[in-house]
Amino acid sequence: MASHFESPLREPLINGNKTYKDITNDIVRPTTGKIQPKWLFWTSVSAAVAGLFVFCITWEVCFGIGTWGANKTVGWAWDITNFVWWIGIGHAGTLISAILLLFRQKWRTGVNRAAEAMTIFAVICAGQFPIFHMGRVWDAFFIFPYPNTRGPLWVNFTSPLLWDVFAISTYFTVSLLFWYTGLVPDFATIRDQSKTKGRWNFYNFLSFGWIGTAKHWERWESLSLILAGLSTPLVLSVHTIVSFDFATSIVPGWHTTIMPPYFVAGAIFSGFAMVLTLMLVARHVMDLKDYITLAHIESMNKVMLLTGTMVGIAYLTELFTAWYSGNMYESYAFANRAMGPYWWSYFGMMFCNLVSPQVFWFRKLRRNIGVTFAMSILINIGMWFERFVIIVTSLHRDYLPSSWVYYSPSWVEIGIFVGTIGLFMTLFLMFCRFFPAIAIAEVKSILKVSGNQYRQGQLDELKDQKVYDNVSVDSKNWD
Amino acid sequence: MSEAKKYLVGMFDDDDVLLHAVEHIRHAGYDITDVYTPFPVHGLEHKLGLEPTRIHTAGFFFGATGLTVALSMITFINKFNYPTDFGGKPNWGLLAYVPITFEHTVLFAAIGMTVSFYYLCKLWPGKKPVIIDERTTDHLFAMTFELDKNKDSNYINAVSELLKNEGAIEVYQKEV
Repeated sequence: MASHFESPLREPLINGNKTYKDITNDIVRPTTGKIQPKWLFWTSVSAAVAGLFVFCITWEVCFGIGTWGANKTVGWAWDITNFVWWIGIGHAGTLISAILLLFRQKWRTGVNRAAEAMTIFAVICAGQFPIFHMGRVWDAFFIFPYPNTRGPLWVNFTSPLLWDVFAISTYFTVSLLFWYTGLVPDFATIRDQSKTKGRWNFYNFLSFGWIGTAKHWERWESLSLILAGLSTPLVLSVHTIVSFDFATSIVPGWHTTIMPPYFVAGAIFSGFAMVLTLMLVARHVMDLKDYITLAHIESMNKVMLLTGTMVGIAYLTELFTAWYSGNMYESYAFANRAMGPYWWSYFGMMFCNLVSPQVFWFRKLRRNIGVTFAMSILINIGMWFERFVIIVTSLHRDYLPSSWVYYSPSWVEIGIFVGTIGLFMTLFLMFCRFFPAIAIAEVKSILKVSGNQYRQGQLDELKDQKVYDNVSVDSKNWD
Repeated sequence: MSEAKKYLVGMFDDDDVLLHAVEHIRHAGYDITDVYTPFPVHGLEHKLGLEPTRIHTAGFFFGATGLTVALSMITFINKFNYPTDFGGKPNWGLLAYVPITFEHTVLFAAIGMTVSFYYLCKLWPGKKPVIIDERTTDHLFAMTFELDKNKDSNYINAVSELLKNEGAIEVYQKEV
């Protein structure tokens, strides 16, 4: 009898009658063997796109921010749009690994490792934008409070922009520690499976010499739980603070109290979309269908339906409040979003984020891989539009009509954004090749609770018993 | 490298069998040196009679340190070292310091606890581990009994017998 009971009516999370040995083999396999040409091809393509990032950033540093389309009054444009987009994408990893751990959601074990990796890579991409938007990037360290020879001259602790510095750097550090500590036992597993000396040394270095004694596991579990407990308010605070960058200003369209919950819901929404985009491909290419099952995909789709609808309600609430406030600047800002020159981005946002996720009310569509993949792409686009709408359409109409402009990005801005996607994909592909993409130890720990053969055994015991009036437990066919 | 020690090792292939075995063997009065498992087995630390870890208490104190450092530094800077006048507003306002203080608390707690974890477990990059059995990070569970001079063949036979009765799939001696 396993240490934790789960209702036999729940869907198994590990299919294919796996044993502990099978789990090790299946997850270690992609990290072994010769490098496949397909992997090499896509990694080279991604690295080339990341090269575009390096080129465009170099260009921007050499010639200045003037190479961007951003100008008064649109001082924040693609850069901050991309920053918020990437940060939002990062949030799903922490949500899956921390919040779902606290809520004891067993399905997190199949996707948490890759999602956390995605968090870290997304935050790396996000960080580039505010850093390079500083212009004189060689002075970037001025944002940290340290005693200096410029007088007593300190940073402004009451500015949301400084809060952001602390929030993002803390978020990155804590996510990295959480992720790496989870990886340590799995590196030891790969080490003990390795056949060559060099490989053994490489993974032993990464595993810190882990051997898995009872005391180590006890501390490891305690640490994971506390880090999850710390990460939960942290992840909520990070996007709240990002939203403060806007909400504490006096720009119509930004100055709203709804921003923090709306941003957090949007972040989780876009993050899950990105997790699904990557995992649907990874489960196919790396043959992990028994670990990332339709049950996982359905759960994530449910979260997207919830958060997408929350974001949608926030859009409508903003519209209502703008009208109800009777404030002409506020009303104009919102009327201009929907009917001004950037109407296309507003409708893109509304369609992708509010309307399209409603397909997930249907179980058939939630469990359809094609629909899920298409939706995940659509939501990624929609959430990018959302940040573009908030930032650019609010800024392009100033109080002075003589300052009104129509902003378009320059090739440098486009190159930097596309380049960060390349950087992200390069890091993710490297991760899939060299790291265990699924948390081996954690999946093993739920095998007896959620493995399909154990679930079937539970059902067999109940075969002739009436559990609930309307539910039959006779035969179950998952997947 | 410390000198090699000799162990009697019992290998198990099921976590529930292992849990019962630990309970019965300790009940029979034998000291288990250590148990190696491929994943965290819940309840094992209680069955082994290990003291609960205090790593979370350490986390609380690290967090409290972070909070104190953040608040005192901000107070020193904004109130004494570099007071600024923004439209006559007070130059010390706790509410505005909540975000940074919170982040700093979390940062200190997380780093402090993680460092304590690796320090207590004596794990570091490049450490040469003492591996009892390579299969313990894969699919088997190992229970070890250290054999020193006082442990004679009677002891070894008794423990081996007990291990087999409790469901060990393999019992062997190993020097590492």
